[in-house]
Amino acid sequence: MADKKKPLYKEFTKGLIKENPVLRLVLGTCPTLAVTTSVESAIGMGLSASFVLICSNIVISALRKLIPDKVRIPCYIVVIASFTTIVQMLVKAFLPDIDKQLGVYLPLIVVNCIIFGRAEAYAGKNRVIASAVDGVGMGVGFTIALFLMGAVREFFGSGAFYGHKIFPESMPAMTVFILAPGGFFVFGLLMACANKLAEKKGVPKAELKGCEACPMAQSCKIALIDKEKCEENTVKEATAE
Amino acid sequence: MSEEKRLLNVSASPHFRSNDTVTGIMLDVIIAMIPSLLASTYIFGLRVLLVTAVSVVSCVGFEFISRKVMKRHNTLADLSAVVTGMLLAFNLPVDIPLAMVVIGAAVAIIVAKQFFGGIGQNFVNPALVGRIVLMVSFPVYMSNYGMPFAWQHKGVDIVTTATPLSVLGNVADKADLTGADLPSLMYMFMGIRQGSIGEVCAIALILGFLYLLIRKVIKPTIPLCFVGTVALIMLIAGKGNFTFVGYEVLSGGLLLGAIFMATDYTTSPVNFKGQVIFAIGCGLITSVIRLFGSLPEGVSFSIIIMNILVPQIEKFTTPKPFGTVKEKKAKEETK
Repeated sequence: MADKKKPLYKEFTKGLIKENPVLRLVLGTCPTLAVTTSVESAIGMGLSASFVLICSNIVISALRKLIPDKVRIPCYIVVIASFTTIVQMLVKAFLPDIDKQLGVYLPLIVVNCIIFGRAEAYAGKNRVIASAVDGVGMGVGFTIALFLMGAVREFFGSGAFYGHKIFPESMPAMTVFILAPGGFFVFGLLMACANKLAEKKGVPKAELKGCEACPMAQSCKIALIDKEKCEENTVKEATAE
Repeated sequence: MSEEKRLLNVSASPHFRSNDTVTGIMLDVIIAMIPSLLASTYIFGLRVLLVTAVSVVSCVGFEFISRKVMKRHNTLADLSAVVTGMLLAFNLPVDIPLAMVVIGAAVAIIVAKQFFGGIGQNFVNPALVGRIVLMVSFPVYMSNYGMPFAWQHKGVDIVTTATPLSVLGNVADKADLTGADLPSLMYMFMGIRQGSIGEVCAIALILGFLYLLIRKVIKPTIPLCFVGTVALIMLIAGKGNFTFVGYEVLSGGLLLGAIFMATDYTTSPVNFKGQVIFAIGCGLITSVIRLFGSLPEGVSFSIIIMNILVPQIEKFTTPKPFGTVKEKKAKEETK
């Protein structure tokens, strides 16, 4: 859906809050929960994934007419995997500390569903420049979300920020924030905030009814069918009454 | 409501209503907890009252603030926040720093209760969530149980010893347990032992239980099945050693949890069958954690886990509506 009327900057800003990959689309939750125990690893993860996302968006978008529809997923994986390998080698060579912190989650960027989701929902259908801008927006949104989570969890969980102690020695930190339950808790809170912000920007309130409110609705065929069905049902109900 | 008014009152069904109110029930629960609070104050000193007061006040405060912020009607009058505050304090050791009590209250009221819609909507027991978050975050402070009557001997150095449960956990052969390293069973029953504020005095807890039974606030199903399951499993694990069973039942927060926390209306099944399944599940998980887990106590975790399973239990134990035939039978009959 190459919408030419849409200005380019909107492709960027939508990734920040309205369609924030982690907080609104709820993609890539696994790395989000796993690596946000400290700000440092959160930023490392965010930037590496953003790099792969932008590059793969550009390449996939450029190749979108060459890639046969039936084998598009393997093709996307090849593109994403090659960029992930580049990132992994670069991080290993120049930032060995971050490589140690991220561990297995760095190579796992290959199957990060944000990158897949954007390739499938956007880059495979849109022009190169728009896809690149989309990638930048999504990448920034992902990094911001990771940074916020990492900041909250590190601050409460180990009383520090970016490795610097803030809490005095006498004050014990709340270990629960470093553990998985605390991660889910912070994640839920941030999602609530993002939903509130998106609501203020005019996105319909998320309800368990139809998928109009879904941030993916515009690029999703099921949403359109679902909308029709919903309308049919309401008409039926109205006539039944 | 006068008789005449009640007759003239036109309303939607149900037309028969009991006179129970949330406030009344919560008040009964508070009354039932008072013997334990008094006993604990006698055993651990006046700091018990301070911890309880801080917990109750902060719970009520957080309830008020969060209802205000969420723009919902005020629910302070139903006293549920007071009950949560008292239960939370009952689950804490007496020497805990007061700031941690406030954090626990915030987690209990804001996270576990108000985020899910307030009273009647919480899917787990708020006080237990508060306790578990504190337990995971500050294990050192949460397991620093005061000695009984330490407040009466200020000058004397008091050696802190292991709690009965951690002693029990270290006993290699459960069948040989004689209780030589532990306070006598009579002391355990009266509450002269280490432990959290509300869990030590078994007599006071049982008094509260009887009060709740007489007032018909709770049914005996859950507490009896819960404690019974633990006792049975411990009897098997101890190869018939009743001393061991006695210590297991009286130590830790088993009685407190079974009487006051597993019976919470919101987070326990509604009908008899479901309650039995719920309570047996609690007992099983408690025993497994006590016998095989690395933590000495498992009551709070077991209740939380079964709380989460309650919707599933309800689904399987939904009673058949009066006058209907089961689906299978109905199909056969039509054939």
